[in-house]
Amino acid sequence: MTYFPILSFITFLPIVGMIFILFIPKTQATMIKSVTLLITSAQVIAALFILHYYNYSLGGINDPNSFQFMEKFRWIDISGFSWIGRIKIDYFLGIDGISVPLVLLTAIITFIATLSSWTIDKQVKGYFALFLLLDTGMMGVFVALDFFLFYIFWELMLLPMYFLIGIWGGKRREYAAIKFFLYTLFGSIFILLVMIGLYFSTSETLADGTRVFTFNMLAMMNPHNYNQFGILSPLNPNNLRFIAYIFLFIGFAIKIPMFPFHTWLPDAHVEAPTAISVILAGVLLKMGTYGILRVCFPIFPEITRQLVWYIALFGMINIIYGALCAMAQKDFKKLIAYSSISHMGFVLLGMASLNSLGISGAVFQMFNHGTITAMLFLIVGVIYDRAHTREIDAFGGLATQMPIYSGFVTLAFFAAIGLPGLSGFVSESFIFLGAFGFGLIRVLTVISTLGILLGAGYMLWTLQRVFLGPLKEKWSALSDLTFREYAMFIPLSLIIIFLGVYPSAMLNLMNSSVNSMVKFMADAKVMYSSLSGF
Amino acid sequence: MTDPLIINLALMILFLPLLGFVVTLLLGKRIKAIYIFELFIIILTFIGAVALAFVKLNYYQNTDIVSQFTWINFGNVPLLGQTSIDLGFLIDNIAVLMMFVVALISMLVHIFSIAYMKGDKLYNRYFAYLGIFTFSMTGIVFTHNMLMIYIFWELVGLSSYLLIGFWFEKKSASDAGKKAFIVNRVGDLGMLAGILILYTTYHTFTFSQIFAQISAGHLPFNSEFWLTVTGILIFCGAIGKSAQFPLHVWLPDAMEGPTPVSALIHAATMVAAGVFLIVRVYPLLTGGALMFIAVIGMLSAFIPATIALTQNDIKKVLAYSTISQLGYMVMGLGVGAYKFAFFHLITHAFFKALLFLAAGSVIHSMHHEQDITKMGGLRKKMPLTYTTFLIASLAISGIPLTSGFLSKDGILQGSFAFGSLTGYWIFGFVGFLVAMMTAFYMFRLLILTFHGKPRDQHKYDHAHESSFSMAMPLVVLAALSIFIWYTPNPFNPEQGAILSNWIKAPQLVTPQDTRYNFMKSDIPAGTVTSTVPENSEIMYSESYTEALHQAHIPAMLLSLVLAGLGILIAFIFYQWKKVDVDKLANSIKPLYNLSYNKWYFDEIYDAVFVGGTLFLSKILSWFDINIIDGIVNGSATLTRTVSTFTGRFDNIVVDGFVNFIAYLSGFIGLIFRRFQTGKVQTYIVFVVFSIVILLFIFK
Amino acid sequence: MMQVGLNHFLVVSTALFSLGIFGIVTRRNAVMVLMGIELILNSANINFIAFARFGNFGLQGQVMALFVIILAAAEAAIALAIVLNIYKTFSTVNVDEIDTLKD
Repeated sequence: MTYFPILSFITFLPIVGMIFILFIPKTQATMIKSVTLLITSAQVIAALFILHYYNYSLGGINDPNSFQFMEKFRWIDISGFSWIGRIKIDYFLGIDGISVPLVLLTAIITFIATLSSWTIDKQVKGYFALFLLLDTGMMGVFVALDFFLFYIFWELMLLPMYFLIGIWGGKRREYAAIKFFLYTLFGSIFILLVMIGLYFSTSETLADGTRVFTFNMLAMMNPHNYNQFGILSPLNPNNLRFIAYIFLFIGFAIKIPMFPFHTWLPDAHVEAPTAISVILAGVLLKMGTYGILRVCFPIFPEITRQLVWYIALFGMINIIYGALCAMAQKDFKKLIAYSSISHMGFVLLGMASLNSLGISGAVFQMFNHGTITAMLFLIVGVIYDRAHTREIDAFGGLATQMPIYSGFVTLAFFAAIGLPGLSGFVSESFIFLGAFGFGLIRVLTVISTLGILLGAGYMLWTLQRVFLGPLKEKWSALSDLTFREYAMFIPLSLIIIFLGVYPSAMLNLMNSSVNSMVKFMADAKVMYSSLSGF
Repeated sequence: MTDPLIINLALMILFLPLLGFVVTLLLGKRIKAIYIFELFIIILTFIGAVALAFVKLNYYQNTDIVSQFTWINFGNVPLLGQTSIDLGFLIDNIAVLMMFVVALISMLVHIFSIAYMKGDKLYNRYFAYLGIFTFSMTGIVFTHNMLMIYIFWELVGLSSYLLIGFWFEKKSASDAGKKAFIVNRVGDLGMLAGILILYTTYHTFTFSQIFAQISAGHLPFNSEFWLTVTGILIFCGAIGKSAQFPLHVWLPDAMEGPTPVSALIHAATMVAAGVFLIVRVYPLLTGGALMFIAVIGMLSAFIPATIALTQNDIKKVLAYSTISQLGYMVMGLGVGAYKFAFFHLITHAFFKALLFLAAGSVIHSMHHEQDITKMGGLRKKMPLTYTTFLIASLAISGIPLTSGFLSKDGILQGSFAFGSLTGYWIFGFVGFLVAMMTAFYMFRLLILTFHGKPRDQHKYDHAHESSFSMAMPLVVLAALSIFIWYTPNPFNPEQGAILSNWIKAPQLVTPQDTRYNFMKSDIPAGTVTSTVPENSEIMYSESYTEALHQAHIPAMLLSLVLAGLGILIAFIFYQWKKVDVDKLANSIKPLYNLSYNKWYFDEIYDAVFVGGTLFLSKILSWFDINIIDGIVNGSATLTRTVSTFTGRFDNIVVDGFVNFIAYLSGFIGLIFRRFQTGKVQTYIVFVVFSIVILLFIFK
Repeated sequence: MMQVGLNHFLVVSTALFSLGIFGIVTRRNAVMVLMGIELILNSANINFIAFARFGNFGLQGQVMALFVIILAAAEAAIALAIVLNIYKTFSTVNVDEIDTLKD
């Protein structure tokens, strides 16, 4: 393993790029774009390096010794507030098998989104500066292991997103941007509350023997680090952990987005520029599920075990509800947005299974949904760039006019339907296999399988309405893909096919982490029940 | 046991068509003649399949070849230990026979299509799609586990979707493709549920391991009931793919695809995959599940046969007859006539492919006219097509000396025996009835198309016999519809190698008390292969064999009589016109309408399922926009209203108070400013007075 | 024969003080006001000396009186200078008219 701080590098590289861009004169649009492309491709390369040096056998989750590429040093240390005591916050980064796929995903999706942003011509400098800031925020969330740091990154990506939708968006962009911002901020407040509660309930022993409160997430996963009287301490018989769990879950659920907190998503997607939709669907939504997996599950394992049935229930509702809503949409992009909701339901269902198949399916689904939905949004973007409408019924017969484009569309649509040989199938079937193996939620799983039927229904219907049938006269001038669009579609298609045929490439990455997670959750049952208060 | 030659051959057969697909698809635009590559590939595949069948059936007649590899390794999973998902091949006699059929028909259809599809603007893509179909079908045939079946099952669905909707500019074609895919998915859901049950119980997808565990007494959820349910759920996949009642509605619509495709996919091979699936999982089917299968098969044989009686589209008639014949096979499996059912799959594949290709030949020469009421008299124009069509019609009707007679008779004999053993005579009864109907509608089709006088003179004048590349497949398939390939004795199929040596009934693994009585074995379950000679078929008991023998002659005679009767009626109605058909139809109007309108299945499904789903989706979308988002926006509005009020409150009350204090001070100041004259003397007066007052106070 | 006691001095001093106040309050002329102030100062002087004479304070009273006299002289000088300046500015020494302090 190298001692090069590659996680900091990959996280803060975009910030460096942003600063650089701020010095480039406004008129040099191509230069700005090239710098962004350079930065994002460097990020992809860094992610590949991480992949190369990653040790597949280490588990992570709650064991600080098996996290990799760790960077930990004191960041904020203030002593002497009378009742708070010493405030110590670490700069603590590290990855395990659950974050590695998402780091990789973030790098890839940002790269693709940069290519997709090439058509931006309004305030280019501001756009790309914010874009890179967003990149840092997203990457940071996936590598931070200190709750405080995690929260900072979490909030950091909110602001650029607000402007990116609010300035470069469509007609109702202000509405969508404000809705997105307030909604997610609403969730963040819950997270903040719980974070502070946890802070005052956990303490860790420093090298010099003093005990201080800590934001260290790994410390929070061990019940022995809790104080006797912390409000969120399992040792305290009157603790508020249950309520805190609900709060935290809602905070993350808004991001997923989970029914009934999902309505910001269609608006945000429809109004956002293509590249931002790609990032939103490709990466941002994963932060919700990642947060649940990284924070909710291991810090509150005993409550998770109580509530998995409800998590699975909401997963099922997401799947069915999202699919049915998608079917009724007339706007191509909105349809994809709802399909996203449906697909994220699978992740919830898989996580709720609490077994290896289900959770690896869930993590794998996060990655696959990232690539597949990114491709779907790019598809909508391509057609919108040319036709300036997204009305599904306005189209027809595009397969004749744009055969290569239609080929990619068919691939992406079938990947979304879960066709074997493409990556979506593997993750979805693992989720089903896992969730079905978990006694209580068996029935929910069986109902959820309806989702793949409905998915086939609305996807094929859309395919038919937009691409099949006779070509409408007014579209006879649409051109097929350009070189830049090939560069966006081909990598994603290759990933989708490759992981469909050889899913082990991704599953091996996460196996030991997923297994540790499952083991941890199973052990937690015993560990927590032995504590007082249970 | 593994054999590198066989495994390599199998791998070659599997991946060559995939290569053909990829190359043809990617280079299709650039190189006009790339389809020749695909042709070359499919011929290689066929040669491979022949070699494979030869090696397997000659050298490993009683041994199954298995080869597997680990696809996904989950590592050391808590509570389960080392877990992995294996994929692999199971090359047994059934697989190689099936593969031979698939490769042969696929090759013939490729050759047929060269001329048939000539001039199509997506010519190369068509061949590419045929390639991916062959690939997927091969996958189903060779696999040794449930997961791979499901994977290739879906891929076959994809290729079917692509080929049905090949002429996607026609709305009806793209509708049909979509319908096929979605209806198939309905069945697949059941199958998926079955797979889920199997995997969660046994933690493996591999058939042999599942069977071993079942025979060791390990049942899903520890209940025989759930074993039956699992069998039925997996059978749901077959219901979808083999277009069985009640999911048969997609197959007639699938005739929107090019006719060679209908021959390959929707008649001979893909739709038979459902039957193949049942064959593969046969050991775990309990008596209950088999009964369910038999009932579904019976209904699927009967209902489409009644529909086929009145249809006028040449391909639709053939489509319904396909469903009906598949129903036969499924019923055959359900009643325990395992070998005959699989045998029928093979013979049916040949003669049904022949029927479709001959129909394609007719359609091609009639410039894509499919309505038989506009044909007639083509016998003279297309003698070769006519002859081959006639042979196939005889085969499907079950006339001696044809292959159809052997296999169909076997199934009827099986259901007859089943009736005598269990008392459920209904299967045999319906089977014979359907045999008669089949003979009738096939000859109705034949007579209306080829006999009599041309009804559309213009099209008739342009009709012509097809070219060599279209005629050759017809001849090959016609030859294969003759008995001689299967058995030396045209009246007893069991004398041929295919039934006596190649197709073997499997050993059941289900608990004894869940089986049909006649399927119970004397050997206790649990002691599997090792104690039993390899070649023995413990599926059947003595009594069954006897019943089968007793049923042989009566069943044969009865089916002959009924088929002959059906043909006779067809000739009376349509050739000699002794009975006025229209009048007859009018006299039984409701029945006629029911048949003509396909029992209204499409209408009912459209209204209930499609309409229901769309309605629900509309409602939910409304709910989403107005209720959920309404709550969100409402909370925003509420916040704003509250903020307006607090704003007012702030302005009026809080700020009012502040202002009031200021005002009060001002008011007081107004009073006191009177005292401030700016004249020192006034101040001094005040001072003095104040002092005086103070003196009085503090004296 | 009536002995002159403390009370007598105090009466005189009070009378002087009252006259002084009266002068300050009633006179409009600034110079007159100044003279009133002188009267008040001197009434205080009388008090000082009287208390020094009759009380047991040693010489402190006389010393204070001397201070006051000096202070009064200085004060008169400055005050007259102010009055002169006022006159120069406002062309009047009538204190009622000089009420710029009010605004």
